Amino acid sequence: MPHTMRRSLAAATAVLLGATALTACGSSGSGDGAAAGSGPVSLTYWAWAPGMDKVVALWNAEHPDIKVTVQKQASGDDLVTKIITAAKAHKAPDLVQAEYQALPTLVSNDALADIAPDVAGVKDKFAPGIWQQTTFGGEAVYALPQDSGPLMFFYRQDLFKKYGLSVPTTWEEFAATARDLKKKAPKQSLTTFSANDSGLFAGLAQQAGAAWWTFEGDTWKVGIDDAATRKVSDFWGGLVAEGAIDNQPMYTPSWNKAMNTGEQLAWVSAVWAPGTLTTAAPDTKGKWAMAPLPQWTEGGSSTGSWGGSSTAVTTDSKHKKAAAQFATWLNTDPVALAALVKESGIYPAATAAQTSGALAKAPDYFANQPDFYTRAAEIAKTTAPAAWGPNVNVAYTAFKDEFGKAAKAKSGFDTALTAVQSATVTDLRKQGFEVAK
Amino acid sequence: MTQPPKGARRSYGAEAAPYAHPSPTTTLTRARSAQYLFPSPTTTLTRARSAPYLFLLPAAVLFALFFALPIGYALWLSFHKVEIKGLGLGKGAKSEVWAGLENYTSALTDSELAASALRVLGYGAIVVPVMLGLALFFALLLDSERVRARSFARLAIFLPYAVPGVIAAVLWGFLYLPDVSPFHFLLGKLGLPEPDLMDGGPLYLAMSNIAIWGGTGFNMIVIYTALRSLPAEVYEAATLDGCSELQIALRIKIPMVVPSLVLTFFFSIIATLQVFNEPMTLKPLTNGIPSTWSPLMKVYNDAFTGGNIHAASATAVVLALATFVLSFALLRISNRRTTQGAGR
Repeated sequence: MPHTMRRSLAAATAVLLGATALTACGSSGSGDGAAAGSGPVSLTYWAWAPGMDKVVALWNAEHPDIKVTVQKQASGDDLVTKIITAAKAHKAPDLVQAEYQALPTLVSNDALADIAPDVAGVKDKFAPGIWQQTTFGGEAVYALPQDSGPLMFFYRQDLFKKYGLSVPTTWEEFAATARDLKKKAPKQSLTTFSANDSGLFAGLAQQAGAAWWTFEGDTWKVGIDDAATRKVSDFWGGLVAEGAIDNQPMYTPSWNKAMNTGEQLAWVSAVWAPGTLTTAAPDTKGKWAMAPLPQWTEGGSSTGSWGGSSTAVTTDSKHKKAAAQFATWLNTDPVALAALVKESGIYPAATAAQTSGALAKAPDYFANQPDFYTRAAEIAKTTAPAAWGPNVNVAYTAFKDEFGKAAKAKSGFDTALTAVQSATVTDLRKQGFEVAK
Repeated sequence: MTQPPKGARRSYGAEAAPYAHPSPTTTLTRARSAQYLFPSPTTTLTRARSAPYLFLLPAAVLFALFFALPIGYALWLSFHKVEIKGLGLGKGAKSEVWAGLENYTSALTDSELAASALRVLGYGAIVVPVMLGLALFFALLLDSERVRARSFARLAIFLPYAVPGVIAAVLWGFLYLPDVSPFHFLLGKLGLPEPDLMDGGPLYLAMSNIAIWGGTGFNMIVIYTALRSLPAEVYEAATLDGCSELQIALRIKIPMVVPSLVLTFFFSIIATLQVFNEPMTLKPLTNGIPSTWSPLMKVYNDAFTGGNIHAASATAVVLALATFVLSFALLRISNRRTTQGAGR
């Protein structure tokens, strides 16, 4: 590498940075001081949802005393790291968007404030399974749910008809359908087991009744290797091992092609799937349909969730009350929720909004299923609770590595699940958490 | 990785002429001798004495702020760990405490780190010889008398270096993926076997290919520049003695550009140990690349996915020391060889 060039560049950048740092030091601090007085309060909000600035503009127009500024961020794990770093330096914004599974990590880094006193009475606006994720089942409220991703079953209506398949209502039927299809069309697969998104597997385990992180007193208990999860992992591991479904990861050009050409006939996904399919499989618009997720017991009705995020107030915020007020408006007010659906394309967590006018029309991609959102709202009500802990990321990475290896080898997921459990427990212990046997 | 120019400069015969580099000390001596000739107040002397330090100051400050300080902080972090009280939720649940060598022992006994180091060594065993061999070959070709379209060829070989590593990895990743790869399409049409390049042994070849494609051009330019700076008389003498083009290349050109080869070798070793972009970009495309494929990925994973900045710092320090020791050991060996060669 041309080190000399790089180094002189670095030096130049360093000089520039140094200069800006100096000026920044000179002028900062005054802004906060002014806001702390009786004048209007100004809040900053880190979010990644597209169009959030437009939604916030509605709030600002109505509330001249509390001005919110959106600072657009990258989504997911990157933002978690950034929030933790900012909180460490006591420079975190007032409000942040955070995925549910990141909340315990953020709380354990003392980044999020308990806003329970400021949001009394909000609880009933959300499904219990969702509310539990922002409170960890206790009295404290660390965030307000914004959007959710209930799991559903998406399938190619035309190809199901062509091969004489019926929509599976139980996982047993799902497996039979996969085998049946392999017999009729060996080159096609019902779906794939993808090891590159741990959230889907977590959602499937949730549906089966798994609770991955629980606590009693001061001790954490990790249940990734519990009976419910084992049932799910054995099921998918078996299908991959016998070759009834594919084993390639999702979201690759290969996967897009398989979805677009009908090489794969179905996808277990969440309510936001239409958006993904629009870009991944543009040629098959109008050929897909949505059904409830297959069940473990006949006649059951339960689903897991994949994705979804919340709005949290940070411990650094000097105006926690105002911030909580804004968060409540954003996630429960019909006007705000309608704007969120329209501008950000989210599926709101607030139950009332799920059947509101904003979601009356089915997504464009699913124009053939006009009652898409009515059915979605019914499914969303059955979302099973999820239990997250302080090292979800570690478990998720271990999942990707171990299940990736096992999916590649088509050797069943038995040892992979054990490995994810032990990696998670080891990490918790190493970090110094008390962990039950 | 601060030393290399030394070995390189020596080869160009500059070492015999230290006066060619006016250094701060020579300036100082000059100022001093001038003072003996023209006696002046002592203030001038102090000013003259402090002048070099004054000139050094900007560099020293920047070095301290943006190099020494972060390294120092990383070292500090590597000797600490987080202590958790209770469930670790809420205020004051986490505190930073002294950890001694704990992070280091766990880094050094980590089988994942060892496995990633082995993987990278295997990758380096392919990349370094092939890339440098190709670079030398191309440089010699470009330097030969009969070559046509020299500047175009030089640019064409160098161009991949201008493609950012991440882009190159995405580009090649798409070419490797069986379902979208034109190569697989052709192989399938011809009825030939279609190997999966994103898995097992072939993965090393696939990954090496990206590095070789991207790095050959740069190394070629370094070697080629060294070749161009060789005096023409040497070749004339060799031709008069009856050397063929090939013999000139093997017996004169290659031995004379050994210092450049050492330099490029040195850079390549460091780049290999620090490989990150390519495996990180290819990872989501396949089940075959774990999140700790290379040592740097392990550090990244510990720090930003696992949130354990202390363990990551310790691993980073270990990695930096290993790189340092390995590159300087290699440089030592090669320098001894070249000086011996020059002595003969």
